[in-house]
Amino acid sequence: MTLSLSLSHRFDGFALDLALEAGPGITALFGRSGAGKSTVINAVGGLLHPDRGRVVIEDEVLLDTEGGIYVPPHKRRLGTVFQDARLFPHLSVAQNLMFGARYAPRGSSGPSQRDVVALLGLETLLDRAPATLSGGQKQRVALGRALLSHPRMLLMDEPLASLDGPRKQEILPFLERLRDGPLGLPILYVSHAVDEIARLADTLVLIQNGKVQAQGPLFDVMADPAAVPLLGVREAGAVIEADVLEHGNDGITTLRISAGELELPGVHADAGARVRLRVLAQDVILSLTRPEGLSSVNVLPVTVEAVHPGDGPGAAIALRAGRDRLLSRVTARAVAELGLTPGMTCYAILKATTVAPGSIGR
Amino acid sequence: MTADAAAWDALRLSLWVAVWATLLAIPLALWVAWLLARRDFWGKALLNAAVHLPLVLPPVVTGYLLLMAFGRNAPLGRALDAIGLQLAFHWSGAVLAAIIMGFPLMVRAMRLAIEAVDPKLEDAAATLGAPRVAVFARVTLPLILPGVLAGTVMGFAKAMGEFGATITFVANIPGQTQTLPSAIWAALQIPGGEGQAVSMVLMSSAIAVSAVLLSELLARRVAKRIAGT
Repeated sequence: MTLSLSLSHRFDGFALDLALEAGPGITALFGRSGAGKSTVINAVGGLLHPDRGRVVIEDEVLLDTEGGIYVPPHKRRLGTVFQDARLFPHLSVAQNLMFGARYAPRGSSGPSQRDVVALLGLETLLDRAPATLSGGQKQRVALGRALLSHPRMLLMDEPLASLDGPRKQEILPFLERLRDGPLGLPILYVSHAVDEIARLADTLVLIQNGKVQAQGPLFDVMADPAAVPLLGVREAGAVIEADVLEHGNDGITTLRISAGELELPGVHADAGARVRLRVLAQDVILSLTRPEGLSSVNVLPVTVEAVHPGDGPGAAIALRAGRDRLLSRVTARAVAELGLTPGMTCYAILKATTVAPGSIGR
Repeated sequence: MTADAAAWDALRLSLWVAVWATLLAIPLALWVAWLLARRDFWGKALLNAAVHLPLVLPPVVTGYLLLMAFGRNAPLGRALDAIGLQLAFHWSGAVLAAIIMGFPLMVRAMRLAIEAVDPKLEDAAATLGAPRVAVFARVTLPLILPGVLAGTVMGFAKAMGEFGATITFVANIPGQTQTLPSAIWAALQIPGGEGQAVSMVLMSSAIAVSAVLLSELLARRVAKRIAGT
């Protein structure tokens, strides 16, 4: 199932002009607030009439301003989860869920109410009124309600943005389950939080000033030095996959990546599990020789693939470590002193604190 | 006919007229309130003015205009006469007068209630697959119920108390078009009729007060349900 869209919309002195595709898995739309992300979601869902545009899912045209086609929201079958859960205040949790199920097309395939209640852990909430739920609980119900309408695709507009850290952690596993589970529902996920995207997305689309600046598989875009200014220098960094080997008694976990082994604290996944590691570019230090006597044991031999000078005194270095790619952010002065050029080999030192529990998934 | 029987007749007729007027006006008032609150269209200001006109016109003028439009010799009145519906000097005309006079009050209360409902909830319902009518029936309507009740009670109370337009349009025929306010007025015209007038004044006051209390009670129950306590 593929959604392709091109949009052009002008409002309040702001112009949105972009085209993108969302295939299977989670496609994340990242941009700062005001980048036009919600406009995209609303135009796809049919809640906004763009000046010009075309939205096609599979072979069905949902919107074509030139051809005069506009399918109203209730016929699009795109379940939407908004930042503000938008539960119906006069209905109980169970009734909110039933509202989703009521309008699912007859004979459509999708999860049953029992599936959804189990998937999202809603058993104890069914009789509650929305006003009595916490933010995280509301979002779980909103997600369940959308799933029960048996959508062809889920649109999620900053679903975690109004939740605090612990509440986010409460929802993220459910989203991962959704991505990896048997439903196989494609998701268009809008967010301005890099940690969520690093953990969830399969495909990443970076939006700035109403335009697509980069799009591609998450691992590629995150490792692209050109994306550093778009993600923010403190947030930029590659995402790599690792297998959990064993947990030590001292709380340190050994993980294997393609270029070697890493030892990291605070990994909660079981041995044998595959997890995502987010390696912040500013936490990767480069050395020409294999360093000795360091407090960090996470040293990987790497090859410099590209040197990308930034606007300021910094530079982003694209590195290859085995089959994985990493990003390092160093100063332009260091680039000159170390003589970093594409093709040369060196060592990347990863600080043990690089990987926060929140940035580990699957 | 005894004076008491006349009073009871007037009361019965007033209730009958008010119930009909309210029931007929609710769907129309809801629709107009929804149009004014949620839609943008050409002539919206005009519609708004037309709805509110009876509030500012002297009721006797409204009654006269009704007579001009629906009298036996008026084209509209003749057309209705042809299908056996006579409004002027008939209790059904009192219903029409009550609808028109109560309409601005009903629309105003309902419109305010609709405007208080977050349209984002309606959007969310649409994305779940609910057609527009279902969105209104299952989301908007339950949320505006207190406002609808308030508007309904006001419309009912207005219908019970309407005097000027009614007496101008349908006159004051005991047993046929004499509503409670008309009967009170008539009683006050007769020397020694104050006693009868007072009993009818008490009747209409009691009905008005209980209507307001009832709507308050219902609105509170609805609000409680929505707050989830």
